[in-house]
Amino acid sequence: MQILIQFALGLLFGAGLIVAGMADPAKVLNFLDVAAIGTTWDASLMFVLGGAIAVTFLGYRLVLKRPAPQMASQFHLPAPAPIDASILIGPAIFGVGWGLVGLCPGPAFVALGAGNVEAALFTAAMLAGMWGARLLSLRAAALQRA
Amino acid sequence: MTPTEFTPFASLVGGAKIGLASVLLMLAFGRIAGISGIAVRVLPPYLDGEALGRLAFVLGLVGAPLIWLLATGAMPVASFDAGPALLVAGGLLVGFGSVWGNGCTSGHGLCGLSRLSTRSLVAVGTFMATAIATVFVMRHLI
Repeated sequence: MQILIQFALGLLFGAGLIVAGMADPAKVLNFLDVAAIGTTWDASLMFVLGGAIAVTFLGYRLVLKRPAPQMASQFHLPAPAPIDASILIGPAIFGVGWGLVGLCPGPAFVALGAGNVEAALFTAAMLAGMWGARLLSLRAAALQRA
Repeated sequence: MTPTEFTPFASLVGGAKIGLASVLLMLAFGRIAGISGIAVRVLPPYLDGEALGRLAFVLGLVGAPLIWLLATGAMPVASFDAGPALLVAGGLLVGFGSVWGNGCTSGHGLCGLSRLSTRSLVAVGTFMATAIATVFVMRHLI
């Protein structure tokens, strides 16, 4: 049951990305191309973020008032952490890759499902990069504890 | 480059659906809808018993275009400017950077900003800046 719900939520998230136009890298790159404001710039992504944040901001307020989630024992929220180099380095690297291709992780999986060879290549490299970063950060955390 | 149409209404509706999925994920499982965090924990090492649920969520993302195909009769469009080398480089950078920075467009951009997290605001400002700079270099300088 839980697995089915997770699958359905993935479908809903993915359908949202498709309707919003974010599964098309051209639309993302045209948004990021601010030098083209007034010509080929596509402002649609501001509306994606606006719609998504409006719903999530209000929805989280309601949901997080509850003592616990429906199908788990507790909420898993990131603990507050200081602003350090890691919160600049990771996103800076991520942004360069996003700007090179126009895909971030969610849309990559959606474009993969649409049968794009380009998306398959991108997603394989993305998973390798993710795995490498996780192994490296787990190793770093273990060294810090030792 | 491929020109695209300005779609404020569809993008707003799609964004609201993404938001709804994030809220329901929090309501049901108490989890942030951060795609990079979900995807990387489908791979080993498995530190909790939830890898299968995460795999189901990712398979939902992959399956979404099929629902779209059934509903509209056509696959969603995705047009790429990047060739194979850039696709691999971009994928590695997106994957490494999102996990190293503990989040991507969804985890920091959507869930983090919705929780008014300062760290996420810094992350979003940083990746927007480097993404805009990268597109500028690729389209207008090279």
